[in-house]
Amino acid sequence: MGTTLVIAETFGGKLRKSTFNAVTFAKALAAKTGGDFAIGLLGSGVAGLAGELTGYGAKAVYVADNAGFANYLGGPWAKAVAALADQAGATSVAATSSTFTRDLLPRVAARMGAGMVSEVLSVVDGTKFLRPMWAGNVVATVEVKTPKAVFCVRGTEFDAAQATGGASPVQAVAVAPEDNGKQRYVKFEAVVSSRPDLAEAAVVVAGGRGLKDKAGFAILDPLADLLKAAIGGTRAVVDAGIAPNDLQIGQTGKVIAPQLYIGVALSGAIQHIAGMKASKTIVAINKDPEAPIFSVADYGLVADAFKAVPELVEEIRKIKGV
Amino acid sequence: MKILVTAKRVTDPDAKIRVKPDGTGIETAGLEYKLNPFCENAIEAAVSMVEKHGGEAIAVTIGTADVEQNLRTALAMGCERAIRVEIADDQLDSDLTARILVKLFETEKPDLFLLGKQAVDGDSNQVAQLVAEMLDLPQACFASGIVIENGEAVVTREIDGGIETIAVKLPAVVSADLRLNTPRLPTLPNVLKAKRKPLQVLTPAALGVDTALKVATVAYEAPPQRKGGIKVKTVQELVEKLQNEAKAL
Repeated sequence: MGTTLVIAETFGGKLRKSTFNAVTFAKALAAKTGGDFAIGLLGSGVAGLAGELTGYGAKAVYVADNAGFANYLGGPWAKAVAALADQAGATSVAATSSTFTRDLLPRVAARMGAGMVSEVLSVVDGTKFLRPMWAGNVVATVEVKTPKAVFCVRGTEFDAAQATGGASPVQAVAVAPEDNGKQRYVKFEAVVSSRPDLAEAAVVVAGGRGLKDKAGFAILDPLADLLKAAIGGTRAVVDAGIAPNDLQIGQTGKVIAPQLYIGVALSGAIQHIAGMKASKTIVAINKDPEAPIFSVADYGLVADAFKAVPELVEEIRKIKGV
Repeated sequence: MKILVTAKRVTDPDAKIRVKPDGTGIETAGLEYKLNPFCENAIEAAVSMVEKHGGEAIAVTIGTADVEQNLRTALAMGCERAIRVEIADDQLDSDLTARILVKLFETEKPDLFLLGKQAVDGDSNQVAQLVAEMLDLPQACFASGIVIENGEAVVTREIDGGIETIAVKLPAVVSADLRLNTPRLPTLPNVLKAKRKPLQVLTPAALGVDTALKVATVAYEAPPQRKGGIKVKTVQELVEKLQNEAKAL
């Protein structure tokens, strides 16, 4: 029993695809509890996106379109989401893990008096869930003891829901952010990239400290161009300012599961492996044959990246005929 | 400025963690413990703010007596005093942790509460946000920069898609990300000095905190292991395998 309210995430006026991973989670939970789910869409000028959410079997799509939602701020948004959950009669709130939802959902949980499970990997039953601890080296079963619950779902563990037809009713709700004047938005500096989103890309090329500097890191560009890949990095290259923080893969960065992951000149620290070990095919290129990354790689090549990567580009060009 | 800052003890972030055969926890034999890396960033930020603006930084943690070693590290980094609340790590969830910290905040009434954005053992990333909501304070999580001016903390945040800047009125809750700063190493004189700094021990009962959990961890298991692959000798062999075996190209 009970209704799960899935919070849709938008970015730059578009729906993030990760919204549909949380829909799959909500369906899995409903299957265990005999409940159902609804979708909540909050934002400024988002009403036009509601139509993209109606074909997934939600009992309703609630839209809170308010100019006050133009920029995200944790406190005001949490009050609004909790109010929407209340209006929707929801017993739980769920969303796919991102920096937006990780910031928002604990506040929502505190407001609802709900237990919260971070990075849900799977649904055991209506109250028990699996989640990773210790950088994914432990899988814990956790039990929610409260009548209400909040879930931050690991997107790589729940396939994006496919549209099943049907037409969920769209309902505009008068939920607005309650700004108490304690916080204000200043600015956002976007990392502009023509590459696919790291969290959604089918192919990811990741570089490590072995590439030395920005010029070294740039040897990944032709390979990523050729494979239409996203580029990612280890914490070390982000700390060194070689790559922007948005590209960090790992325990405290992004968790990815592409079809093909190519790790170049990175050793494979526990924290990095935590973020990419669910990839379908893993390739590692490193000149150190003892590098831990080889223990999770399907194909390991012991080689100097500065020689091997240009060669790899040439060989792939040959078979692709470009 | 008065700053409250967390100093959580965690298992060595680079240690290989193994689950006990009976699934009741992790093997702790031979494990070393360190300060949570994100708390180190928070402590560094707190201490350097006090150096700049005056005031005091108070390190707080929750745990049994053995966590005091790590709390002393926070004192050696420059916190003036420390508070430990006595309850074992496995008796906590994020919510209870937050409710205890809320009591400490209410007692100390700091201008700023700095926390690590997540502990690298539980990996929940909830406590700062929970504390902020329970206290109805503004939050700025995942901070990569903090400037205090005109009664506000102007915080740059590392988020998906780029870097955001927000301003939160003090008192506020800020959680530290790794790029916030480079934590200092305590000097030997400061380590010695830290031994004499005040360390107060409280209990949940004395704080009036109900220790019931909202989320209990009931079992631990090892994750499925990826089976090891092969080493290829040449780039040509790699491309051949990717094309014909993995069908990944």
